[in-house]
This record gives sequence, C-alpha cells and structure tokens, in this order.
Amino acid sequence: MKNPLDSLPATVAFGLALTLVLYLVARHATGT
Amino acid sequence: MDAVPALARWFHFIAGIMWVGLLYYFNFVQMAALKSAAADGSAAAINRHIAPRALAWFRWAAVATWVTGAALLGKNFAAAFTLQPGHLAIGIGAWLGTIMLINVWGLLWPAQKLALGLAEATEAQRNAARRRAFIVSRLNLVLSFPLLFFMGAGAHSAIYF
Repeated sequence: MKNPLDSLPATVAFGLALTLVLYLVARHATGT
Repeated sequence: MDAVPALARWFHFIAGIMWVGLLYYFNFVQMAALKSAAADGSAAAINRHIAPRALAWFRWAAVATWVTGAALLGKNFAAAFTLQPGHLAIGIGAWLGTIMLINVWGLLWPAQKLALGLAEATEAQRNAARRRAFIVSRLNLVLSFPLLFFMGAGAHSAIYF
C-alpha cells in the first residue's frame, strides 16, 4: 500500500484534518 | 511593552518564518525539483550546493524559534507545557513545535547527513536514509498546520482556551 505521505495534497489534507481534530479535542477539554 | 517580550516575539517570527518557510520549500519545491533533476542528471548540484545550505539555516532556525518561543512564554512556560487552563492553545502549539524540533535534530539531520554524503554510508544506507528523511519532513509538514493555528490562536485569542 502506498504511503499517503508520498502525496503532497494528501499530506496537506492530513495536516488540515489534524488541526480540526486537535481544535475539537481542545474545545471539548475546556468545555467551550 | 517590555523590551524582552517584544524582541523575543520579533525574533520568534523571523526565525519561525525561516524554519517553516524552508520546511515548505523542501516539501513544495525541492523534493519535486530533485525528481526532475534526477531525470536529467542535474540533481547533484542541488544536493551539493543548495540542500546543505538550506538544511543548515533550517535546523538552526528551528533552534532559534524554540529558544525565542521559550523566552516569549517566560513565566508561563510551565503553564503552557502542562496545558493549564488559559494556556491550552499556546501549550498545544509549544508541544507541536517541540516535537518538530526533536524531529529535525534527532531524526531528519542524522538521515540527511547520510543521504547527502556528509557521513560514511553504503548506497543501501543512503537510500534508506533518504526515505527516512522524506517521511520525517512530511510529518513535520503535517504538524506545521496545527502548529501555526494554535500559535496564532494562542497569541491573538482567536479561540478562548
């Protein structure tokens, strides 16, 4: 299976998705 | 505004732009350029004259970014790294930056030394190191997006945590 990090667009999408996940986790952690 | 935080913030921006700018140069420009350069036999020039210089500025900019960031946090350093209420956003950003710095010095630079022929290695070791450096660089590219979001959010209260 090809590593998704070999694709630049997939890497960027992964970074943006990780940002959203961390944002939601942080918001949940603070109850805001 | 106190002189130390003001100067720390200024140098943090300069060093951070250089660090992340070079990270984006490697991922958006150089990696693709090396592929086409390898096809016409001109990759050696990039590997010999550009990559070592870019990598030197890259890894020392990473150190300067972290040190000026730590100075900027000042008495809030522990609160940020222990993700205390009110410091969560900048704390997440600080952790991401720290992980990226460790990746640069602990994984990327040792692999690049082999890949660029700056250290003794067999051709198989060089190829493995090249692949390792590529993956670590891509991982830092992934981490740079939340890093910049949480740094900006932490500094400008775009989000309140």
